[in-house]
This record gives sequence, structure tokens and C-alpha cells, in this order.
Amino acid sequence: MKRHLISAADLTRDDAVLILDTAEEMARFADRPIKKLPTLRGRTVVNLFFEDSTRTRISFEAAAKRLSADVINFSAKGSSVSKGESLKDTALTLEAMGADGVVIRHGDSGAPHRLATSGWIGGSVINAGDGTHEHPTQALLDAFTMRRRLVGEEGAALDGRRITIVGDILHSRVARSNVHLLSTLGAHVTLVAPPTLLPIGVERWPCEVSYDLDAVLAKSDAVMMLRVQRERMNAAFFPTEREYARRYGLDGERMARMPEHAIVMHPGPMNRGMEITAAVADSPRCTAVEQVANGVSIRMAVMYLLLGGAEPALSREDSAHPSPATTPDGGAARRPAVEENN
Amino acid sequence: MDDSSSNLHPARPVLEAPDIKRVLTRIAHEIVERAKGADDVVLLGIPTRGVFLARRLAAKLEEITGSAIPVGSLDITMYRDDLRLGPARALAHTEIPAEGVDGRLVVLVDDVLYSGRTIRAALDALGDIGRPRAVQLAVLVDRGHRELPIRADYVGKNLPTSQRETVKVQLTEEDGHDGVLLGTRAPASEHAESGARPRRGTAPAG
Repeated sequence: MKRHLISAADLTRDDAVLILDTAEEMARFADRPIKKLPTLRGRTVVNLFFEDSTRTRISFEAAAKRLSADVINFSAKGSSVSKGESLKDTALTLEAMGADGVVIRHGDSGAPHRLATSGWIGGSVINAGDGTHEHPTQALLDAFTMRRRLVGEEGAALDGRRITIVGDILHSRVARSNVHLLSTLGAHVTLVAPPTLLPIGVERWPCEVSYDLDAVLAKSDAVMMLRVQRERMNAAFFPTEREYARRYGLDGERMARMPEHAIVMHPGPMNRGMEITAAVADSPRCTAVEQVANGVSIRMAVMYLLLGGAEPALSREDSAHPSPATTPDGGAARRPAVEENN
Repeated sequence: MDDSSSNLHPARPVLEAPDIKRVLTRIAHEIVERAKGADDVVLLGIPTRGVFLARRLAAKLEEITGSAIPVGSLDITMYRDDLRLGPARALAHTEIPAEGVDGRLVVLVDDVLYSGRTIRAALDALGDIGRPRAVQLAVLVDRGHRELPIRADYVGKNLPTSQRETVKVQLTEEDGHDGVLLGTRAPASEHAESGARPRRGTAPAG
């Protein structure tokens, strides 16, 4: 990864740990009477949301505002996009307004990548969810939550932890980003889903696959329940919702079979009674609310590391996005190590 | 410039471990004297080495006054004025003692005072945390070349330097041993630096 955060797969282990450690410091600022930091003063962050997502948008907005950036919210509804404007023209408009960072949520997989590599804009692009591709900041906040609950040590990764992700893997950008990030951080990931809700090529992902939730629960350190996305259930992926809930839903009885320290995670919004029962959702082992709070810290960390300096602090050597020619500050040589005097 | 071979081992010690110990003892006594006791003193070290110095000072103050002195750390990275001149930096810990800073005498502790920009950033950071009764500054070495109207209240050693020289503070907690070294900047790094950022003629921090 370079100036952008498009995919969790682009992050090296060092990058990921740096983001988690930075987020840990950001979380400390949240307890202060004055939560605002001057770090991104004078920088402009555009929230470019082609899909509705109030939760993600306000999380990014809160993060940018706490860093004193100017935030412009751009949602597709009621804008020129609904009048037929293309992604390119929208991007050129944002560039003309001087956006330093663009947070993009788009229904089509690959839209953020296109925005970052086309040369339309000079700022950093942060993927806030694209189609069924990736949602890297969600994976980072999940990893942050897991590290806090399961490891409790800064500077550490998630080596050896067993993470189970349950539900609609096929349509889930959260699952995809999590599989990449968690395996980078050394965790063992197991996906549990009906065969109809697993994507083609899942056997090449760095994870295991099971169809039997009860078999893997007992050896899971964290169980992540994915929302059944009713809006995408347009084919016969499973017979009935009741049958899905019986085989793949998490209820109190199943939760009792998890190890004592294990946590239940959910990216929200939850369908109570579907993939998770109310008893589980309200139990202290469920980290759903904590994940929301951690989301702001993670997004502050990502924005600080991408926009805070003259160049991003994350590693530049990477071949996932072959677009060196389009970087406007292509000549920015690595500066020598900073002075020892402070 | 001592001699031509100074590039290899250009640093010469200006303070040794016993000197540092004596200096900190003196500063601790000065703090007690100025504050007429140390009842409401809070020590905040600026990472990395300021934190260790603050802890050592707190131990000395406890020896002198017989009561524990709150000590913490104040990371100033997010408040720096040179953030945009380099890559975003990793953050260090900020730990404010449970007593807080409101209405207390905060003594900021750092290893080297140079341009004064670090202290300016520290004052900004402190303002977001609370409202101390007063803020004072203790440094192990004052090497001059201030770029802001800032001075130290307690100075371990005044060290006249040229801007081409470097001052390196080494502390057991971080470097394995105590000492302050005065050296000459390697010409190579000077070139690279001025090549990358021609506008920047000043000390980066301090």
C-alpha cells in the first residue's frame, strides 16, 4: 500500500501493527475533556458515499473532525450522481475543490482502486467498502478489538489466535478484508457458511472452511457473526431463514460451548433472531458496541498515517497497485532518519 | 572540527554518568526550592528520553520531600509544526497522572532544548489536557539556537554548540548507559536533507 488504503491485502504486518498501535494512542485522546487534535488542520477530507451507510460515514466524519480536518459529505442521493454524472467527473470535481483525502463507499467492487490509480485525483483514497470486495477499516477495527480483548498488549499481532467468521461470506467485504488482515497478523481464520454462500476460489484464500459451526466453536477465540444481507438474498441461497438461524445462528446454548475467554463480534447492524439471538447480542461477551467506538480510533489512525505527514507512514514497497507514474509527488525521496535531538 | 578523521567517531562526551546524576540531584533541589516544597508538582516527560529523566527526577524529589510525586509522559507528535515536512510519525504514549494537571505546577522535562519548537508543541498539548497553575521547563542540556521565545527554568548544562554539531543524550533505560555526546553531523546526511527539503533551514525540533 502506498498513499491509499484500498485493500487489507496491501498491508504488511508492520503496517497493520503500526495502525493498531496508533489507534491505541488515538483511543486515549477520546477520554479527554478536549477530544480534538490539531493534526490535520487545513486538510480537507471528502466522504464520497455512493451507497447509504450512515454508521460508516459518521465514524469517518467523527474521526476526521477529531483531527481537525475539514469534512465535506457527498452522498449520491440528490446529487449530480443521480443525474448521471460518472465517477470520473465526480472525482475531477473533488480534485478541483482540493480534497486531500477521499473516503469512498461504492456499490461496485474496484471503484476505489479505479479512483486511486486513474490519476484523476492527487489525494489519498480510503476504501470505506466497495461492492463485495473489501472494507479494510472494518477489518482493522475488528483486529484492534481482538487484540485488546484477546492479547492485551501493544506492539503485538494476533499470532496463533483462532478466529471464526460465520455467515454470508459470498457477499461480505468484511469477511474478505478480515481474512487477509487476520492472516497477515498471524491468526488462523476459519470460515463457516452454507456452501451456497461461499465465493468461488475460497480454497485459495489464506483460511480454512467448514460447514459445521458446532465443530469449530469450542476452539475459537473469537466468533464473528456476519449479517444476513437480506437485500442481496435474491437467489435461493438457503431454504428458510429459520433453517439458517438453526444451523448458522449464534444462540446462548452455542455461546456456552465457546471457551471462557472467547468473544462474539458483529460488524453491525445486527439482525436479532437471525444470525444472533438477543441474549447473545446483549451479553458482555459481545463486542458490537465496542467495535463502533474502536472504529473511530482506527479511522483516526489511518487518516493520521496517510494524511498527517508529507507522505504516508506506511510502507511503500508493494506491487499491488502498479501506478507509480500517477503519483503527483513521485519524486519524494525517502527522507533520512529524523534528528536525534528533540 | 577537531581533526579530519572525526567522521568515524565524531562524538565526544560532555557529560558522563556521575555528572548526569549530580545534575539531576541539583535540579530536584532547585524545584523544591522554587516551589517551596513540591506539594503540587506534576512532572511530565517528553518521549522518549524526557520520560526517563522525569522518572529519575521524581525519585530524587521523593527522596528530598518524603512524599511521592506524580509523574507522567506527554507525547507532542500530533502537535508538531513540522509534521508536514516528513512522513507521519509513530506516536508515543501520553500518560497523565490520575491527579490531573488542573491547578498544579507542571514541570515539563526534556533531554535537549534546541529550537524550542518541541516545548511550544508541548504547551499546546498541555492546554488540551487541563489548566495548570504554572508550567516550568527542566532540561538536561540547553544547546542554544532558539527559534521561539522559550527558555528553561532548570538547566542541567548549558552547552554552546554550532548548528552543524549534534547533541546525543544517552540514558541507561534506552541506550544501556548514561552520557551526553557532542558530535558533528555527517556531511552526507546534510546533503540528503537539504536536497529533499530545500526550504528547511532550521532545526527540526527541540
